[in-house]
Amino acid sequence: KEIGGDKNGGSRIVPTQRESRYYPTEDVRRRLANRKKPGMAKLRSSITPGTVLILLAGAHRGKRVVFLRQLNSGLLLVTGPYKINGVPLRRIPQCYAIATSTHIDVSDVTIPEQCIINEAYFKGEPKKKKRSEDMFEETQDDKKPREQRIKDQKTVDDQILPKISGVSHLKKYLSSLFSLRKG
Amino acid sequence: MQPVKLFSKGVVPGYRRGQRNQDSSISLIKIEGVTTKADVDFYLGKRVAYVYRGQKSRKNKITKRDTKLRVIWGKIRRAHGSSGAVRASFRTNLPPKAIGATVRVMLYPSRE
Repeated sequence: KEIGGDKNGGSRIVPTQRESRYYPTEDVRRRLANRKKPGMAKLRSSITPGTVLILLAGAHRGKRVVFLRQLNSGLLLVTGPYKINGVPLRRIPQCYAIATSTHIDVSDVTIPEQCIINEAYFKGEPKKKKRSEDMFEETQDDKKPREQRIKDQKTVDDQILPKISGVSHLKKYLSSLFSLRKG
Repeated sequence: MQPVKLFSKGVVPGYRRGQRNQDSSISLIKIEGVTTKADVDFYLGKRVAYVYRGQKSRKNKITKRDTKLRVIWGKIRRAHGSSGAVRASFRTNLPPKAIGATVRVMLYPSRE
């Protein structure tokens, strides 16, 4: 940096970026990183692939669904099947389901890889932030599920539905709701 | 959706107490149909909801609907005595108005 003035030596080395004038009296402690992650929840012995579960909470409470498998996060993957009771391929936590003793054989049902490996598959679309110009427009919110999901739902259900039709009354059972009643 | 009842009814007889002192951080609950200490085992850990109405309508953060219904959530901790009563603690203590009121004992977290 060039400096004017007669006796100042002509030029001086000056840092390009000046240090800030302020620094805290004590160095701020860095927070310890939390490396704890929940492990895969242990699956109850009463829940095996093919068990019919009763959902206890959420939009589908009271519905009886077929358990497919446990995902790596510990959540259970279930399906209605959709045609029978409107429950799609869905994840539910183990503690919100009661296992019944009803069972169907799903050992040869193949589930699309996407559902098992990629949990983001199940996450909803992030809500788009409205920009100020759009706010005054009527935006049609599309609540339709992604095409991929509809396709996967069909692949899984097509394998399970014939097994359900094979058991007498099972279809009706799955379409009925569970409720606590007197006595 | 067809309404389904997925909870047991319970009554709040009061707080944990000795004859002359009470601990309002722990409420007692008598669950319908539970009459022995052995029966209580199913209910341990289950969530409890005290549902009541307020004067003004508020927006429910989850369902985003305006409603007068409000809830205080709690959990069943342990048995109380040998006749099926149960001790529960709530996120905020139950108001004394809840004494004698019904409470919902949900079926989750389920261990079955």
